[in-house]
Formats: sequence, structure tokens, C-alpha cells
Amino acid sequence: MSAPNKSYDPVEVEAVKPDEVARHRSDALAAIAAASTLDELHQVKIAVAGDRAPLALANREIGALPPAARAEAGKRIGEARGAVKQALAERQEQLETERDARVLIEEAVDVTLPWDRAPRGARHPLTTIQERIADIFVAMGYQVVDGPEVEAEWYNFDALNFPPDHPVRDLQDTFFVAGKPAGEGAESTASGMVLRTHTSPVQARTLLAQGAPVYVVSPGRTYRTDELDATHTPVFSQIEGLAVDEGLTMGDLKGTLDHWATAMFGDGVVTRLRPHFFPFTEPSAEVDLQCFVCKGASVGDPDNPCRTCGSEGWIEWGGCGMVNPRVLVACGVDPERYSGFAFGMGLERSLMFLNNVKDMRDMIEGDVRFTLPFGMEI
Amino acid sequence: MRVPYSWLQDYVALPDGTTAFAVADTLTRTGGGKLETIEKVSEGLTGPLVVGRVAAIEELTGFKKPIRHCQVVVTAAAEGPGSAATPQSIVCGARNFAVGDHVVVALPGAVLPGDFRIAERKTYGRDSNGMICSARELGLGEDHDGIIVLAPESPVGADAIVYLGLDDEVVEFEITPDRGYALSLRGIARETAIGFELPFLDPAALATPAGDDAGYPVRVDDAAGCDVFVARTVTGLDPKASSPLWMQRRLQMSGMRPISLIVDIANYVMLELGQPIHTYDRQRLSGPIVVRRAGAGEVLETLDGAKRQLDPGDLLIVDDSGPIGLAGVMGGASTEIHDGSTEVVVEAAHFEATSIARTVRRLKLHSEASKRFERGVDPAAAAAAAQRVVDLLVELGGGTAAPGATVVGTPTRPAAITIPWTHPGRVAGVDYTRAEVEQRLTEVGCELLPAGDDDLVVTPPTWRPDLRDPNDLAEEVIRLEGFDRLPSTLPRAGAGTGYSPAQRIRRRVGTALASAGYSEVIAYPFLGPADLDALGLPPNDPRRNTVPLANPISEEQPAMRTTLLPGLLAALRRNVGRGSADLALFEQGLVFRPKRDAAPVAPRLTVERRPTDEELASLDAALPHQPRRVAVVLSGLREPAGWWGAGRPAGWQDAIQAARIVADACRVELEITQDQHEPWHPGRCARLAVNGRLVGHAGELHPRVVAELGLPPRTAALELELDRMIPDVEVLTQAPALSTMPVATQDVALVVDASVPEHAVEAALREGAGPLLESVRLFDVYTGERIGEGRKSLAFALRFRAPDRTLTAEEASAARESAVALAAERTGAALRS
Repeated sequence: MSAPNKSYDPVEVEAVKPDEVARHRSDALAAIAAASTLDELHQVKIAVAGDRAPLALANREIGALPPAARAEAGKRIGEARGAVKQALAERQEQLETERDARVLIEEAVDVTLPWDRAPRGARHPLTTIQERIADIFVAMGYQVVDGPEVEAEWYNFDALNFPPDHPVRDLQDTFFVAGKPAGEGAESTASGMVLRTHTSPVQARTLLAQGAPVYVVSPGRTYRTDELDATHTPVFSQIEGLAVDEGLTMGDLKGTLDHWATAMFGDGVVTRLRPHFFPFTEPSAEVDLQCFVCKGASVGDPDNPCRTCGSEGWIEWGGCGMVNPRVLVACGVDPERYSGFAFGMGLERSLMFLNNVKDMRDMIEGDVRFTLPFGMEI
Repeated sequence: MRVPYSWLQDYVALPDGTTAFAVADTLTRTGGGKLETIEKVSEGLTGPLVVGRVAAIEELTGFKKPIRHCQVVVTAAAEGPGSAATPQSIVCGARNFAVGDHVVVALPGAVLPGDFRIAERKTYGRDSNGMICSARELGLGEDHDGIIVLAPESPVGADAIVYLGLDDEVVEFEITPDRGYALSLRGIARETAIGFELPFLDPAALATPAGDDAGYPVRVDDAAGCDVFVARTVTGLDPKASSPLWMQRRLQMSGMRPISLIVDIANYVMLELGQPIHTYDRQRLSGPIVVRRAGAGEVLETLDGAKRQLDPGDLLIVDDSGPIGLAGVMGGASTEIHDGSTEVVVEAAHFEATSIARTVRRLKLHSEASKRFERGVDPAAAAAAAQRVVDLLVELGGGTAAPGATVVGTPTRPAAITIPWTHPGRVAGVDYTRAEVEQRLTEVGCELLPAGDDDLVVTPPTWRPDLRDPNDLAEEVIRLEGFDRLPSTLPRAGAGTGYSPAQRIRRRVGTALASAGYSEVIAYPFLGPADLDALGLPPNDPRRNTVPLANPISEEQPAMRTTLLPGLLAALRRNVGRGSADLALFEQGLVFRPKRDAAPVAPRLTVERRPTDEELASLDAALPHQPRRVAVVLSGLREPAGWWGAGRPAGWQDAIQAARIVADACRVELEITQDQHEPWHPGRCARLAVNGRLVGHAGELHPRVVAELGLPPRTAALELELDRMIPDVEVLTQAPALSTMPVATQDVALVVDASVPEHAVEAALREGAGPLLESVRLFDVYTGERIGEGRKSLAFALRFRAPDRTLTAEEASAARESAVALAAERTGAALRS
């Protein structure tokens, strides 16, 4: 914008004539509309709104007009420049939107392609089921305890009220640590050490170490001399539970198992206790789980067989009972004051019916095709 | 225990319509015996099957074998005088019957086991409208040649399925090892009667003669091993007499093979009463029967023909000729009943369970008799059982009971147990009434005497030696009242401690490795010398010092593992063999290391009281160390190839990185140095330490090990002793103060000897840089001519930041110089020029 002219020359203000202003205005608007790219628009912008644009020049001449004409000319030119500016902005936005749309389409990729560059891993379902069960009991106030797998015979058998000549205390059923070479030879059971046949020795260890009251679960590996086949493995896993406190009853055992079954298999699943015998519990029971799939509906209904329970309605789940007072005595707990319950379940079996594992061997061979589908949690 | 349903009904009058399943289900619920299977005897058999009378036989000749064309009367009406009904024409290949014999006839339309359909047909030029059946054809066993000839009184025309008991069912019960008495019809029937609240007809309730001197002489030298010995003699037996069909059928259904009348009767009575019976041929006995322990070096030929080396602990039956039986286990060959036996001495004795169990285990000689003695036999049933055998021998074998009866010893009742009558209710958590408690204990055979207001003196019956403790009695009440009466209550556990820090860390390690792409394996924890040889372990490697098993699964792997690698590598190989190529596996588990100077034997402590702490310590002292380890193995590509380009092979770096992942999960700092350690590649093996203590090794496996085990090339592995990684005290993270001032970055390249571990340089920089240092990170490594052989250049990026101000360039440089100075002092590092 120039300074007001000092000299007054009406001839030089031809540019502000009304019809000229209108022409500049319509020329500019037409050029703006005709710009088809942002670059063209930029050139048009310099031409119609730059310092040398006709309307800018006209504006500069307003000061040269007679004072009476200035207001009217200023208004007319101002309106024209405003219209051009607005048209430029609108066209700019319009062209940018068009460009953006085009570019984004050009940049499009195939998002359906895999990007599995990080390898996948998994925890073994036997591990995660142990943790899942232990979590249930931790939430009930239990402690999780471990024990050795090579165990003294005394902990594995004697302390649990197995008589000295109990048939399982035999090479036929139990893995024994070989006696020293000086002994009767490699066949000997004289070492007094076995691969624990159940997680129950942890009961004795816990009672001896902590006394009563005690609420513990102990998952772990156990060993029996079974031949490996689809439903047996000589190395397997159990989880053991033990509660010893004042006034515990078999009803408490049943309630605990019911709670566990519900937490594990869903609402409405019930347990059934059946009389059984274990040296370390009295009374003893086997615990059946009502089939969590068919809820017993498949019994006697050959048209709707249940794979999970074999249409028996019940699944053998594990063993349990009231801790035999003889065990309490051997572990230094007063059986007059305390009573307790214990339970144990095989985890391979649980996986077989919970996750439909067909063959025990799949759990021990380490084939990643078995493990990977389990991911991080059951 | 297999129980024919019809036999059970001899002792319990079950109401009509009661099914075998209902009985089995009831006993399963009350603990009388657990239902294993129910078999229908006539499985696969449908009628018409009738009793027929052979009216005429026409012998057909000219065929490969003799064939008979028979006329068989198969309806009762046709038997009537003057009946016009024609007999059935049937062609038969068997010859062991005569005109007039009663036989079993399958009529057209019948289906025999094995989907054998009977239809009218023409054969050998005659019409054959049915079949005369053999035992095998009816599914009654394999032992009978020829067809079944029925007793003459069998009603012609009657349904043979009913007549032969082919509509019977056999329930197989699982019997727990404490319940010897349930290994008998008597025991099962008693439980059935209780379960159905019906009267029980005790088959042992027989009148028996008192002992006298007229019986066969018996002397018991070991009363602890044999508290009751009853002997009876039967003479004049018809050696040709065979056991009747009904007895054979019951034996067969019970899973025993009919052999001869005398043996069958002995077995039958054992099944009925639970009392094992032994029969001697009296003419083969010489002198009195004596029960004593075996002497060292004595030998007995048992009736299975084996010569048994005896042990001084074995209970033995002898006569003047020497050993004639292994008491309660198996008889001897020399006095065995044979085809011509006519005089029999019947033994019904009670032998001590532990002694029998020991002999059975040592000789691996299991028998129906020993099974029962091991689990407990009713000593009071001996006399009745002997009487029952005598009665059956007289009735079925045409014998005569010899005068006199030998009865040595008297059965003892189990000791009385005093309990408060409320005890069962307290154990169960159920308010049983006193009447309920007394009723249930009485039902199982206990005698009750009240003592004071609250106590009961309970004397268990002779057939329940397993009832020894108050809780045993509680169990009887609880099970018979029904476990379904138990409430479902939850105890109120105190505040628990949940997981130990070590357990939490183990879980974290597993999750971290799985998240990093490793799959968990749980391998068998056994190994053998070949596994350790394959790893190239030197002869004195401590991993060769293993805990051996007396009875390993496989001779190749006779010991407990000292390293996780063999199991994990086997799993790797198995996966490769099954077509998986890119593998990353891990395992967490125990290894087993014998303790130096450990006692060779873990003692068997008392169970009468709590062992002392010293006694308990002696147990643990004998046990091996059992630390927990974690290992990984990798092969193939660690990062897969794909449309993005090539993959990245797994290598030593990944194995060592896995160690860092584990260390992170354990919240400890790893110190990594170069090492040489089998089975790793000597130039690609890292020694891993925490606070200066060795925790494991990682890197690429030795090419020789890879070749030996048939692993993919460049297989890498890590093994860590996890227990050493777990801090004694839980690490509590100190939260850093976060400064929002600008960061000043300084890079430094340090030249050190190639043997200097990176972590040493980094640690020195970190310490030397002082509190302004925010982080230090290695970003480049250079080796080459420009710095000289045996040297490496490590380039680190150091980031400095002050809590309260913008650092000047001078301050950052000063901190850097101080870092470099300490690195120079500690590691001989020189600034790279």
C-alpha cells in the first residue's frame, strides 16, 4: 500500500473506475475457478491477490481520488478484494481436499498381510493348569508349597500310614533310588529313597515344618512305574491340598471341592463323593465331578452321547478324605485338637477331560504343535 | 470281585424288579464295592432257545466226518402221550449225546453270540431246523467239547435262556485293599442287605463240630502266623464225579475256570465265604500237618510246577515228607489232588496278612488265596467254610465225612474302640442321632456297649479287621448314612501367604520366555551315560555324578537328570523329525545331584510320634540336591522369512538373550563373560554369573554335539540354575526421580582388549559417570586393522540429565571424562582416536 499521493492527477486513477473494478473482480474469480491444481492456484493467487494484482494497484490509487470519491471507491475495491480472497480460500481448501483424497488412496496398503515376524511361544498346559488351580486356592487363603521329587520313603509312605509291607512299596509300582553299590545290588529298595508316588508327602513335610493350623496346596510331578500309553505315563502331575485346623469336617472338604469345581468348570457343576480307601485319610472318598459339558443329560440318551464323560454323567476327578489321625500323630499334630482334610487330583487326566487331550503322550513329547494352541493361559 | 447277580440273591431277597445296576449303584454309593462293569451273560444271544429231548438219531456216513441227523422234541406239549407234534429235524456234528438226552436247542430265528443267526436250511441232504448247542456256541466258555447235555429233570420245551441262567448279569466290583471281606459273596451280600434294608442270610451261619482228637493231626508251631487252623476229612469220593453245571456256571461267571469237582468246590466256597480253602490228597500226606516258618535253604515245588526257594520269613505247611504248601499262597505239588483222588483233607486256616504279603511280594506269586489273606479274612469263618466244603463233597462227590474235626486256635475279635457317640457326626459335620450311629455300627457287625453317658465301646466283628480307629467307625456311619448327607461348607482359612517370592519368579520366568516366543516342554527327567557322552562331557564332569534308579523305565536312562539339555534336545529333534523347523523350546524343572558324603540310606523313622528335628534332618541329608533349572534350545529361524524379506537364523545371541530375559524376570543383573564349557562351541559360549556366582552357560552348541545328536546346524542352548538366580531378599525397585530438564547426549568409543567383557566396560562407565548419567547404551562394535589385532572398539551413547537445570556442555563433558577415566582404570579402555 502506497502513501497518499501528494500530487493530484485524475487521469492516473483510471484503475478505480467502477466498471474496471468489476472487470478485475470477475476476471480474478474466473481465474480462481479455472485453477485445477494447487500449483496453478498458487500462480493465480499471485496474479489476482499479489502486490502487482490489478485490484491491489487500484487500491493503491484510492488516495489519489478526490476526497468525495474515496469512500465510495474504497468500499467497492474492498468488496472486490474480499470476494477474491474468499474465493481463493475456498478453492484452496477444495483442491487440498481433492489432493488429500487422491494421495491417501495412492498410499493405501494391503493390511490383510501377516506381520508375524516375532515368533509365538506358549506355556505348557500342565503348567498353566497348576497355576490356575493354585490361584483358586490362594484366593481362599491357602499357601502354595513345594516338595522334593526324590523323596525319603518315610515321607512318601511311612508318615502317611502306609504299613511297612504295603504292596506299592515295591519295585513293581514305585521307582526306588538304587542302593549304594555295596548293598544288595541295583535292584535294591534299600536306599529308603523313592521318586515320590504322589504329592502327599508334601502334607507331612508341611505339617512337620509349620504345624497346625495349615491350609496349603502343592502342585508337582509324581512318578509311578506305569507303562507309557495313551492313558498312562510313569511321570505325571498332581495337585495336593491339605487343611488342618480345629473343627474341620468332611462337609468342609465337600464345600472346598464344590468351590473349586465351580471356579474351574463353571456354575452349577457339582461334586459327588464315593467311599474309597487311602491309608492317609479316614474316611476316604473318591470325588466325581458331574460332567461339566452334558451335566448328566447324556446318561441313557444314546442319541446325544457325551465325549467328555463317556455318557456316564460323572467324571472321576481325584481322591480325598479326612486326614488320618495317625498321620497327624507322626507329624506332631495333636489329633484330639485338630482335624483336617486332604485331596489330590491328577492334572494330566484333568487336561484330558477339560481340554479334550486325546493321548497322554502328547503332554510329554514336547511337540510344539500340541503346546502352541494353548498360548499363555488355559 | 465278579458277582453273579443270581448268586447274590441266594443271601438277600431283593424285591422283584431290582436290577443288578441298582445293587451296583447302591454299593458304589455306600462303599460296599465300586461298580466297574456290568455284563449281561447273554450278551449277543437272543432266542428262541429251548430245552429239547433227543428222540432219534440217524447216523449219516459218506461225509468227511460222521454226521448225525436228529429228531429233537422241543415243546412240552409234544412230550404228552399221544401227541401228534413232530419233533424238530436237526443236523449235528457232535457225538457226545444219546437218544433220550436233554439238550439245548437254538430254533430258527435265534441269534447266538458272534452274530450267528440260526435259520432253517438243508445240509448233508437233510432238513436242519435249528442247532443243538455247545457251551462255546452259547458264550458259556471255551472249555467244553461237544454239546451240552442237560440233567434228565430239565423241562423239555422250557426257555433255556432262563433255565441256564443266561439272563443273568455279572457285576464286577472294585474292592479297596482294606476290605478283604468284600472279596466274597458273603461280604457283598451283607453290604447289599444293609443298602436295601433287607435281612441278610449269612452263608457262614452253619453248625460246625467242635474240635476233637479224631480229625487229621495238625500242629501249629507259629501261632502268630496262623491263629486258626481247621482240618476236615472226606473219604470215599467218586473220582469220576464232576461239578454240576450250576456250580461251573457260577465259577465261570466269577472269572474262575472249572477244573474238577474237588477244586471247584474249594473255589466255590472261597468265593462264597471269602475263606481260601486248600485240599490235600490224604493218601499223599505223611504224618501230621505242621505250620511253621521256613528254614533257610528249604525248597518247595508249588502246584504250578515251579520250585520255590524259601525264605525264613515264609509261613510253610509241612508234613513228615517236608514242605507241602506255602501257607495261604499256593499248595505244593506233592500232596495235590489228582484225577484219582478219593480221600481229601480240607484245610481252612487263617494266616497273618503281613507275612503272606511279604511272601507274595518276594516270590511275585499272586493267587486268589493270597489276595484274600493280604486284605484280611474272617478267622471265624474257617470252621463254617470247612463244613461247607465237606457238605458239598458229600452231596456232589458221593463222599463220606470222616469222623472228627481238627480245630487249632480260636478266632480273636478285633480290639474294642471307645468313641463318643457324637464322633461320626463331628467328623462329618452332620448331626447324626445316637440311634443312627448305633444302628449303622450294629449293621456292619459291631457289638456296642454304652460307657458313661456319651461313650460307646465298639467291638468290630471278626470280618472287619480294618476297623481299628475311631475314624474307621466314623467312616462306617458316614458312608452308610450316605455321603450325600454331607453338607457343603467352607472352612475359614486364616490369612494365607499365597505364593513364595521364588514361586512368583518361576511363574514370571515361564511367562517371559513364552512371551519371547519359546514353547514350554515337560520332558522325562531321566538320562544315561550315552546322553552325557553325546554332550561331550569330560569324564570328571560333575554332571556325570547322577542319582541312579533301582528300576528305571529304560536301561539306557537309568538315572535322574543332572542337566535339562538331553530331554530338551530330544524334544527339539522330535519336532524337527515331525517337520517343524524353526524351534525355540524351554523347560523349567529339577535336576538331581547326589550330596557329597550323603548317608547311603534314608532311614525309616518312627510313626508313633513326631520324629525329632535331628531325625528329620537325617532324612533330608540323604536326599540329593534338587535345584530347579531353566533351559532353552533354538534352531532354524528365530525370526521367520516372509513377504517382508529374509528371516533371521537363531544363534548364540538368542540363547544368551534368553538368559537376559530370565535375569530380568528374576530382577538380577547378569555378568556375561567368554568361556569354554561342554556342550557349547568353545568360541561361542558365554559364562553367566550373578554377583560373581556362576549361574549357567549359553551360546551355540559344539558342532560335534550337533552332529552326534543329529541336531540342525548351529543349534543354540542355554541352561541356568534358576534357584541361584532368585535373590535371597526380594528386590524392591527404587522409583527414579524424573527430571524434565533437557537431555545432553555424548558418545564415546573405547578400545579395549578383545577379552574384556562388555558388561565390565559398561558398568565402569555407569559408575564413573556419576549421578548425572541417565542411561548408557552400546550402539556399535568395531574390530579390525585400525585398532590392532586382539582389540575391539565399543561405542556407547551416554545420556546425561540434571534434576534441576539444563546441563552445560562442560558439565556433560566432565561427566563423560570421569566415566571414561574409570573405564580406563578398570578395563584398560582407551578413547578411540
